[in-house]
Amino acid sequence: MEYEPVIGLEVHAQLLTRSKIFCGCSTTFGEEPNTQTCPVCTGQPGSLPVINRKAVEFAIKLGLATSCRIAPYSLFARKNYFYPDLPKGYQISMYEFPLAVGGFIDIMVDGKKKRIQIIRIHMEDDAGKLKHGETPETASFSYVDFNRTGVPLVEIVSGPDIRSPEEAGDYLRKLRSILQYLEICTGDMEKGTFRCDANVSVRPKGRKEFGTRTELKNMNSFRHVEKALEFEIKRQMAALEDGEEVVQETRLWDVDQGVTISMRGKEEAHDYRYFPDPDLVPLRIDENWVGEVRKKLPELPDEKKERFIRQYEIPEYDAEILTSARAMAYYFEECVSFFPEPKIVSNWMMGDLLRELKRDEKEIDHCPVTPKHLAEMLSMIKKGTISGKIAKDVFEEMYRTGAYPEDIVKDKGWVQILDEGEIERAIQKAIDANPKQVEDYRKGKEKLFGFFVGEVMKQTHGKANPKLVNELLKKKLKA
Amino acid sequence: MKMDIEKVARLARLELSEEEKVTFGSQLEQILTYMEQLNRLDTSGLEPTSHAIPVNNVFREDEVKPSFPQEEVLAIAPDEEDGHFKVPRIIE
Repeated sequence: MEYEPVIGLEVHAQLLTRSKIFCGCSTTFGEEPNTQTCPVCTGQPGSLPVINRKAVEFAIKLGLATSCRIAPYSLFARKNYFYPDLPKGYQISMYEFPLAVGGFIDIMVDGKKKRIQIIRIHMEDDAGKLKHGETPETASFSYVDFNRTGVPLVEIVSGPDIRSPEEAGDYLRKLRSILQYLEICTGDMEKGTFRCDANVSVRPKGRKEFGTRTELKNMNSFRHVEKALEFEIKRQMAALEDGEEVVQETRLWDVDQGVTISMRGKEEAHDYRYFPDPDLVPLRIDENWVGEVRKKLPELPDEKKERFIRQYEIPEYDAEILTSARAMAYYFEECVSFFPEPKIVSNWMMGDLLRELKRDEKEIDHCPVTPKHLAEMLSMIKKGTISGKIAKDVFEEMYRTGAYPEDIVKDKGWVQILDEGEIERAIQKAIDANPKQVEDYRKGKEKLFGFFVGEVMKQTHGKANPKLVNELLKKKLKA
Repeated sequence: MKMDIEKVARLARLELSEEEKVTFGSQLEQILTYMEQLNRLDTSGLEPTSHAIPVNNVFREDEVKPSFPQEEVLAIAPDEEDGHFKVPRIIE
């Protein structure tokens, strides 16, 4: 039977405020353990939380950027459970009255726009960080650092609209890109500022009802989300094929084994006994505030993409990639301002530039080749100073050393040969060295033309101007 | 209204003796029976009251204030090591 996966994602994103959500403790990452705590975030009796205005503003921003409706009334609730990383004995979250509802994010699937619903966005506080002993002496202990306790989070809940691991990856990348465009979250999955849980089920294709779902946790990179989903979908399909039932449960992704493992028995049935937090008064966000935040929104990925297509006349595919990160779009526009041929800039960025960055796992804002350097190199190609082929080497050299393209070309002697006499001499050599091919060519084996071009290029170390080589070679071979 | 006193105790991590279960069980039931009276009122169309006073939107600005010194917060830890609270291992 043919099956179809149904996936919904819950993303937790840390908001980039200076202080925590309900107290003035610093949110700086990587400080000494337990140096950023106070009576509020450690849940001391009698302490009172007060919401950070900036955190609310950031959450409104995200709500607007994902086309949600900002709730005129939202309310913090206590989610009660015991765990050593949770000093209060409850998490402050939102339950019946989330901050934003009913939005969406569009992704591209097979060249077509697909809309993923955002059911809700709510605010909550983060828990502390647990480390587990790894030596024989420490193996029976866990160690708690409360610095992260109370760092503001938004939870973004998608609709069950995602139909493949790739779509899940695209949705996550798009959401992260929006958070980064808004400058409200670093979006770093490895560091845990952007975390994802997945609800996944499978059903026979064409059926309306959902199958039984499992919840996947512990995936700390985009690649692992996709791999975990792939595994889980296959596992559930195999179970159904064998006439077994899928059990509703939480499963952990095991990175080393590449499998999902049931948490059954290790976790009590959830009963969080939510109730309104009496210490925090309701949020009533009025139209004025929403309007003010809306005015401050930057140009978002989709808008930027549309503008790039219009203004620079580049294909949608290019625009999609170039706007996928704010820094990339900035790089492109910088470069085009120096070298106003957008499609050429786009080709080089999507080709050589992204390939190098990907290999080094570098972000574009740390690219050794500045937009200006790239633009200068493209000008040199245009002027005919270097050939497009040599430019590939120049680019690599720029990437490696960060040097000016002109200096590289001068130092390496890579200036293009435009001197007809010099090219003719190289052609003559190629012809003299290959009499058999010359004869075949003249008998009509025109395919051999490329062979001669290659020979001439070899003679000139790739520096001959290709246009001249073509012209002169044609003439010579005819004779 | 019957309530599962053992479940409530388990969720609150409380250990109750058999005697306590009976005592607290009946006390809680009395409270719930009393609250049941409220359920008879028609509250449709009313916004739930979560707070007794009509105050909204109390904010603090995003400013960092001094935290507890590490020694001070660790002083309330049952056990500590290398700046961390030390607890029995949590199954992962």
